[in-house]
Amino acid sequence: MINTHDGVTIVGAGVAGLCIATELVQRGIIPTIIERQTEPGPDSCSWWAGGMLAPYCEAESADKEVVHFGKSASQWWQEKTGLVTQKGTLVLALNRDHSELQRFAKRTEAHELLSADAINELEPDLDMRFSRGLFYKDEAHLPPRKALSALKASLIQNGANFLYQNADLNGFAKDELVIDCRGIKAKPTLPSLRGVKGEMLILRCPDLSLNRPIRLLHPRIPLYIVPRGDGVYMLGATMIESSAKQHASVRSVMELLNSAYALNPAFGEAEILEIGVDSRPAFADNIPKITHHGQIISANGLYRHGFLLAPTLAIMLADYIHQGIKPEWLTTCTPESKT
Amino acid sequence: MKKFYDVSLANPFMLGTSQYPSPAVLAKAFERSQASVATVSLRREASNDKAGQDFWKLIQQLNVHILPNTAGCHTVKEAVTTAHMAREVFNTRWIKLEVIGEEDTLQPDVFRLVEAARILNEDGFHVFPYTTEDLVVADRLVDAGCRVLMPWGSPIGSGMGLNNVFGLRALRAHFPDIPLVIDAGLGLPSQAAQAMELGMDAVLLNTAVSKAGDPAMMAEAFALAIRAGQLAHCADPMQVRDMACPSTPILGKAFLD
Repeated sequence: MINTHDGVTIVGAGVAGLCIATELVQRGIIPTIIERQTEPGPDSCSWWAGGMLAPYCEAESADKEVVHFGKSASQWWQEKTGLVTQKGTLVLALNRDHSELQRFAKRTEAHELLSADAINELEPDLDMRFSRGLFYKDEAHLPPRKALSALKASLIQNGANFLYQNADLNGFAKDELVIDCRGIKAKPTLPSLRGVKGEMLILRCPDLSLNRPIRLLHPRIPLYIVPRGDGVYMLGATMIESSAKQHASVRSVMELLNSAYALNPAFGEAEILEIGVDSRPAFADNIPKITHHGQIISANGLYRHGFLLAPTLAIMLADYIHQGIKPEWLTTCTPESKT
Repeated sequence: MKKFYDVSLANPFMLGTSQYPSPAVLAKAFERSQASVATVSLRREASNDKAGQDFWKLIQQLNVHILPNTAGCHTVKEAVTTAHMAREVFNTRWIKLEVIGEEDTLQPDVFRLVEAARILNEDGFHVFPYTTEDLVVADRLVDAGCRVLMPWGSPIGSGMGLNNVFGLRALRAHFPDIPLVIDAGLGLPSQAAQAMELGMDAVLLNTAVSKAGDPAMMAEAFALAIRAGQLAHCADPMQVRDMACPSTPILGKAFLD
């Protein structure tokens, strides 16, 4: 158990900070949250998230841990926000890329192979364009921005205090516990953190009605499309080893749009509402890590699994603080030394 | 063993660094591959403000020769600009020159390739051109100053292996002194062994390892196959013949009647 009598402050109100705050509140620890922005917004990586709760699909390239811990995410989000839609994930490939579908099926579990008719039943607007697909019925999705706002609202209701200012990590009282959830902005104190650039688009395409996240496999340019309701779709996302987050490149936007057009030419008539770009914080193994130095605990490295793994990260951290249970993702721990 | 622009490689294995599940898996794959060269593709956008430096630092920690490439370039100007950026970022004169001519096969545009190679060679680069097995193009590349050739096995990422063994054999015979590297199209270790048996000087691959279920294990499998093929070539293999040739001497046989 870690002393919290002198207060707990969370720095950063992205998905990590808000989930950790929620789990602490549940254990009777009411934190203060410091965030520069007064509302969840484009400054945090989670604002641009896809919001897919798809642990089985992630197994294609992610570590077993991601799949294991990600399985509990949809239940967590449903309990906390009620915003989860569970309609599964549909994975498709154009005829020429069917070997991608085979590879994907081999690397993942909990899916069934669908025929053209079965795909048509799930997504009639795909207009029988795909002859084979994989269906992951246990997967879900949520609207990330609404989910962040919902967490924040319930935290405020439970007495958590939000301070809208820049935080100075060295400026806290000696015995105050500080939880650093700044994502890529914590790079100066976490040198092994790296940025993985992601670009995404938000389109409005009222002509098209898709019911669930769809992944279109491609050897170079895989795409996912997540319905946000009211004919709005999120298209994502590139993965580039770069910490740049100022601009989306023409190539990336073009490739995302091309893939969407290949999925259904109706996207050609869509309006582009937003072009988003940010840098995902990640460690070398793409697994989140918790470090504890002196009064500062940092929780970071959610990579592309923010909404999928933040609940687990939050539970681990809250159990650590509240009961002293050593978190599986704890890598270094020197609570005595003052940093 | 032939030198690659004055550099001898401990192992004739060049391994790409893209599309791994994570940098940690990439590092493990390199460890088990014992590869001597890492190829890195440079996105021009990532070279601004050193935005990609975290990843490049990880690559530099692999402690192997770095061969930057101009992957995804379609024009001479793009390729030359990328090569210059790569020289700055990685502090090397080596450049794997890729000028793509066709999107579906990612086939090199050999005309632009020769032109870009000439410009870069004159500029002091050590050019590793990604080309087809075409003899005449190879000749032009050597004329343009290239002292290494990298013919494809088959289209990038296709895993089809050596599509034109006859062409590769001819290339080997025509350029006995130029190091030849099979670049692209290898999917299985047996194909890499075949390339080395043909007398190639090295192989370069990426997808076959990075997209394997266990990239590190596959990297080791390739390392073993490359070594096997290399030894087999050096050992001077037997000739193929039409008729059986008994391996047991007739002399020792017992007479029954």
